[in-house]
Formats: sequence, C-alpha cells, structure tokens
Amino acid sequence: MSFETAYSGIGRLDRLSYRDTVIHRLDPRAKVVATMLFAVVVVSFPKYEVLSLLPFFLFPILIGALGDIPAGFIARKVVAVSPFAVFVGIFNPLFDPGVVAIAPGVSVSAGWISFASILVKFSLTISAALLLIATTSFPGICRGLRRLGIPALFVSQLLFLYRYLFVLIEEAIRVVRARDMRAFGKKGAGVRVFVRIVGTLFLRTVERAERIYGAMLARGFRGDVPSMRSEMFRPADAIFVLAAGGFFALCRFVPVPQMIGRLVGGLAG
Amino acid sequence: MSHHLLEFKDVRFRYPDGTEALKGVSFLITHGESVGIVGANGAGKSTLLLHMNGYLLPTSGSVTVGELPLRKETRPEFRRKVGVVFQNPDDQLFMPTVFDDVAFGPLNLGLPPDRVRERVNDALRQVGALALADKPPHHLSGGEKSAVAIATVISMEPDILVMDEPAASLDPKGRRSVIGLLNSFAHSKIVASHDLDLILDVCARCLVIRDGMIVADGPAPEILSDATLLAENNLELPLTLQGRAAREGTHR
Amino acid sequence: MHMADALLSPAVGATFWAGTIGTIGYASKKLKEHLDDRKIPLMGVLGAFIFASQMINFTIPGTGSSGHLGGGMILTVLLGPHAAFLVMASVLTVQALFFADGGLLALGCNIWNLGFYPCFVAYPLIYKPLAGDGRSPRRILLASMASGIFVFQAGAFSVVLETLLSGKTALPFTTFLLMMQPIHLAIGVVEGFVTAGMIQYVRAARPEILDSSASSAPLAAGISFRNVLIGFVAFAVVTGGALSWFASAHPDGLEWSIGKVTGMGELPEQKRGIPAALKSVQEKTAFLPGYGFKPAAGEPKEKKQERPAWPNVDAGTSLSGLLGGVLVLAIAFGIGWAIRAYRRYNRPGSP
Repeated sequence: MSFETAYSGIGRLDRLSYRDTVIHRLDPRAKVVATMLFAVVVVSFPKYEVLSLLPFFLFPILIGALGDIPAGFIARKVVAVSPFAVFVGIFNPLFDPGVVAIAPGVSVSAGWISFASILVKFSLTISAALLLIATTSFPGICRGLRRLGIPALFVSQLLFLYRYLFVLIEEAIRVVRARDMRAFGKKGAGVRVFVRIVGTLFLRTVERAERIYGAMLARGFRGDVPSMRSEMFRPADAIFVLAAGGFFALCRFVPVPQMIGRLVGGLAG
Repeated sequence: MSHHLLEFKDVRFRYPDGTEALKGVSFLITHGESVGIVGANGAGKSTLLLHMNGYLLPTSGSVTVGELPLRKETRPEFRRKVGVVFQNPDDQLFMPTVFDDVAFGPLNLGLPPDRVRERVNDALRQVGALALADKPPHHLSGGEKSAVAIATVISMEPDILVMDEPAASLDPKGRRSVIGLLNSFAHSKIVASHDLDLILDVCARCLVIRDGMIVADGPAPEILSDATLLAENNLELPLTLQGRAAREGTHR
Repeated sequence: MHMADALLSPAVGATFWAGTIGTIGYASKKLKEHLDDRKIPLMGVLGAFIFASQMINFTIPGTGSSGHLGGGMILTVLLGPHAAFLVMASVLTVQALFFADGGLLALGCNIWNLGFYPCFVAYPLIYKPLAGDGRSPRRILLASMASGIFVFQAGAFSVVLETLLSGKTALPFTTFLLMMQPIHLAIGVVEGFVTAGMIQYVRAARPEILDSSASSAPLAAGISFRNVLIGFVAFAVVTGGALSWFASAHPDGLEWSIGKVTGMGELPEQKRGIPAALKSVQEKTAFLPGYGFKPAAGEPKEKKQERPAWPNVDAGTSLSGLLGGVLVLAIAFGIGWAIRAYRRYNRPGSP
C-alpha cells in the first residue's frame, strides 16, 4: 500500500463519516457500544465455530446498507489488513490434523475449520470497526468516548491528532515526493535519509505546535480545552443498542443456521 | 469610549539572543480606523503583531488598548480586546469542527452555552460560513478556512481585529472574497501584509516599518503610490497603481 | 505487528483493555498534575507526526525490505513517559479506526504492546540509566539500541502470549516464538538506530526541546512508580483471571445447553473444577477428538483441501447446518442488497 493510496483511503472514510443517514444520526455512544459488544460476542465463539457466526454478517451488512457505505470499499480495506491474522491462522491446518466430517463423505482437517473461523471472525470484527468510523465522525466518536468516561486529556489528545493528521500527512507527502523524485526508482531510502526527512518533519511539527499554542493563547486558552456539545441519548439510540444486543444474544445462544437448515430440510423432505 | 483605541509608545523589544527587533515604535490607532502595516521581511512586522495581544511583552515602552496597559497580568483581558488572526489558518483552526473552533474563545471567556451558541452563529453569519458549522477544518477550501479563522476571533467580540497576511496562499477568488469580507466589517482593524493591493483595498491608513522603526505613516493611497519609499523597503507599487503610473509616465 | 480481534478471546481482550484503560487514566492524572499548557497542542501534533512518519518507508540495511518508525521510544524521550503513553495510545486508536489495524477489541492489546513497554519499562529502566545526562552520542546510541530491541522483543512476546492464551491458534508456543522474536530483533535494532538518529538531529537543531522534556519528566519518584506498576500488573492478572474463568466456564455451559436444545451431538466431556483460567486453553486443544462431531464446517472453497477422508460420524447433521449457513448468508446479503436498491430507486439523482 503506497503512501498516497493509504492517505486517500483515510480521506475517503473520513468524508463518508460526515454523511447524513439513519445510521450517521445515531448517537456515537450507541454505535461505539454496539460495535464493541459485537466484537466481544463474535470472538467469544469457540475455536471451531464457523456456521453459528454467519448470522452475524447481518450487522455489518445492515449498517453498511442503511449508512449508504460502499461495500466494495470496506471489503477491500478488510482484505488489505488481513495478513497478520492469515499468517497466524494458516498454521492451524498444519498443526491441527484432526478430521471433521462436514457432509456425507466429505471431511476436512479440524485446522481448516479453525482457520475458517479466524477468517470469518476477522471479516466480521474488522468490517464492523471500519463501519463505525465510516458512519460516525471522528469528533463524534471522541465526544462519545468522553461521555463514556475516558479522561478529557486523552480525548483532547485524540482530537488534536485527528485535526492535524491530514495537515501533517500532506506535509509528509510533499517531502516524500521530493525524495522519490531524486531517488530515481530506488524503493524507499536508507535509514540515514529517513532520519533526516523525519527530523525535518519533526522540527516543523514542533514549530507548528508553538504557533498553535500562540493561537490558543490569543483566544483565552488557560489549560483546558472546553467543549459544549451535549448530544441527547434519544429513544432511537436506546432502541438501536437494545435491538443490536438482542440480535447478538439470539445468535450467540441459538444456532440459527442449523435450525433454518433443519427447517428447510424438513420442508423439502 | 476613549478617543484612542490602541497606542504604542516608544516600544522597544530585544529577543533573548540580543537581536533588537523593535527600536522605539510609536503610533496611535483610533476607533473605526483601518490600518495597513507593510515592510520587508525581517523588518519587525511579526514582532510588532506579537505585541498586540501580549504574546511578547515590550522590553521598554508601553502598549495600551483603551485604558488598559499591556502587562503580564493584564494579558487575558488584553486578548479579549485585541483579536489576532494568525497567518496560517491551519494553525489558527485547531479544533475538530468549525463550530467547536469558533466556540473556543467564547467558552474560554466563561460565557453560558446559550450565549456561546449565539456568538458562534453571529460570527459565522458575518463571514458567510454558517453552513460550514459542522464540518472539520480539513474539509474546507482555502478561502473558507480564512473566513472561519476570522470568525474564531470575531466571536470573542474584540474591540480591534489584527490580521497577519489574511489572504496569503489563497487563489484569486478566495482573496477577493476575503477582501470583501474585511471591507464589510465596521471593526477597527490592523492588517499586516505583503499584498499591497489588498492593503490599498482594505485600509485607509498605512504604516511602513523598517529595521524596527516606523518610517512612514499616512493615508494608504499616498504611501502606496510613493515608488521611492516602497523601493527602499523592498516593496513594489501595488499592481493597480503600477498600470496608472506607467500610463502617467508615458503620457507625460 | 498488530494483534487482531479474530485471534483473541474475550477474556484476554478484556484483560489488556483493563490494563490499557487503567494506564491511560494513570498517565492522564499524572500529566495533569504538572502539565505545561504548551504540551497540549504539542502532544496532539506529535501524534499526527508519528502517524504521518509511519507512512514513510525506509530500506532496512542489508535486507532490502522496508520498515517504518514505531515511535514509542522517541516520543518518550521527547515528551516524558506519561505524555508519550497518551500520544501512542491516540495514534493506535486512530489507526485502529481508520486503518482497521487489528480491530477494537485488540486495541487494548496493541496499546499495551506498543505503548506500555517503551514508556514505562524501557525508558526508566533501560534508556535513562544508559543514556545518563544524554549528552554523549555514543551513550544515546547504546541506550536507544538497547531500548529499541527490548521494546520490540517485549511487544512481540506479548503478541505471542496474547494469541496463545486466547487459544484460537494451533501454533505451538515455541514455534510461534521462534518465528516472532528474530524478526522483531531486526526491527528493534532499526528502531534503535532511528531513535538515536532523531535524538541527535533534534539535539543539534533544537536542544532546548530535549532539555525541557528531561527536566519535566518526573520519574525521580521511582519507588512510587514501581508500586503503581506492580499495582497494575496485579490488577490485570486479577481481572484477567476472573474474567477468563467466567468466560471459560460460561461458554462451555452454553454449548451444553445448545447441544441439549438442538439435540446435536454429544457434549465434549467437561473437565470440571479446573481453577486456573489459563488451563482452559490447553483444555480446548485437548478436546480436539471430541470436536469431530461438532456441527462445525468449513467454507465450500476449502473442501478441496481435505485430507484423506476418515470414516466419519454424523455428517448428516453437519449438512443441514451447512445448508442453513448458506441460507443465512444469502438472506443477510439479500437484505443489504434490497436496502441499497431501494435507496438508489428513491434517490435517482444522488451519487
């Protein structure tokens, strides 16, 4: 992933998060809590569980569809970050040769099933996390975190980081472009050049921080970053959390696919 | 209301490294005036502006706004009266959304939420940026950023507005809209810039600073058409006047 | 190396979240006690700086592969441990959201792995003693190298530990360890080089930045710090223990009830009365033969990878499960597709 594709990916997610849909309008706290709950419930399934996880796809699919988020974009991002999970999971088939029957006359090694389980869990949790940021503006998430009890200092730190992320990435892109233009096709650069580039960037950053501090002082800053947004947790938000929680619980405790399968099988037979 | 608004009296400033950046600057700005400050790079413009809201304190001499002298302990009050808009809007706009940014000053003044909301809306309306309230600054165009940067200071309702290069790095259209904006304000204002056309459009009076001293002070059209004076200060005639001067030259 | 949700169990995830949240609270509190206002924007912008500079690759000497800055050590040297921890935590949070690096549950682990060791272990115990007053370039290099190596070894070890404790992988401990540690040795050496280089660069250009951070970093109170550290570790172990006991006792109970309700398969034999939470991991792996009859199934794609078929049991049950799974997916995607189609139909003009 090149620097500029990575950047445009962030930029696109960021722009999506300022849309106005049913999902975007939900209170950030409701979405943070539901997504977190989702991740916990999904990973709470045992190692060899695959089928019972499938109904959980409904959650990201619904959020994505109602939030009007391009499915292909999210899918590509999920694939892009998968290497580590795949790397760790791929060893399961090698080290776990027990055999499981999945259909009459067809069996696979247990390792493949646990690998599949990792992949399914991975797709679920990562797509849910991406959809959270795609449907909730980052400042919204921060306000949510603040009201969920995360320390103010840390939250203002997140907000500053977000504010200057794009400014500094653009500055870094300019420096890197200048380097690449003179690197004549050599990929990257040595550690020494890197240190010089990053050092320059660092000093500029410090100077910028000083100017920002000046601007803050000029507007009466005395050590606290004030905030006055107070979103109301509306009934709709509560319903969303309850519905999501109820759905997760249902799918956690009841093997929906097996039941449907049996039902359909029974009808057919 | 007192007659004078902002007064510098024999202000000298020496940086810790020994450089003397201001060598006895005196001027008086009265209510409703719009004053341009021009000068070469390194002439002392930035140092002068940093004195206007107490980021720096004079080594000797005095700065007063209304009846309030600038001292270490009066700085918070001083900053409420003199609103400074810094050059780079990305440094000026440090909050995650436009609304939060414009509300930053009023909240620091300790105003109740209703009053803050009112001030924010008023300020954004004045600069024509009310629709941008919920946007993050990095989604704004250059001109929009400049307008919002001005709103962040107006929302504190200062007595005087000080701006450093308000139109630097804007495209011509953005620059034009900032000029329109500045002219629409009834505020007293001080504008420091290399953009002499902008000064000519916005300011009635002009100060020229060189080597830490005020070397000229008078009506902007007069000063900005003085080719010799400008050349001595590494400046050039405003483009709008260059044409006229050239024409007059050929007709003569 | 970022930990991922899919490799975690809720108990391990929650434990590290508890440790991380606790440390964030502690660092915020400490920082607030003697915070120079100036640091508030500086920390934020430096977070953005780390984020941006991590996107710049450089060639790792002798390997031809590329690396990037971790940043934990350089931040700690520049800002002091408390501020640096908050900055690292914010960088990783933004990465978890915008890059989906790992996911939300794993974020606790990632902040711990990449933030805690440089700020609260390597800096006070390795960097400071080795670097001394920080004026000798050779000592800075030595200190940075040692800390860089330690930080990445500790981080990699944590990833191994977290993965194995979660029990989602079949990798044996030593194999996994032998894969992770050497790679991270190289990464740590490079991080050490870069950290030392940056410190030299900053020292040459703006020495006052380093001096001010060194003086405002109140780590002199080493004893109280150690107490706090011990407190956190104890806290993490207790929560983790409690949670994983709960989690390991519970799901099995669930499976049991599910098995009963749906009449599928026998129960894996419960080895009751295992007190140590960690044992549940081995327990699960030990159950392997028992899982043969579980209604688990792979995706159809994987069928071709099958091993020589063994005589199997009860495949019919699995088949109906598989059918149901396909239907569930079809329904879910169908709903998503229908909503999108409906939107498009209702707003033909919109993009």
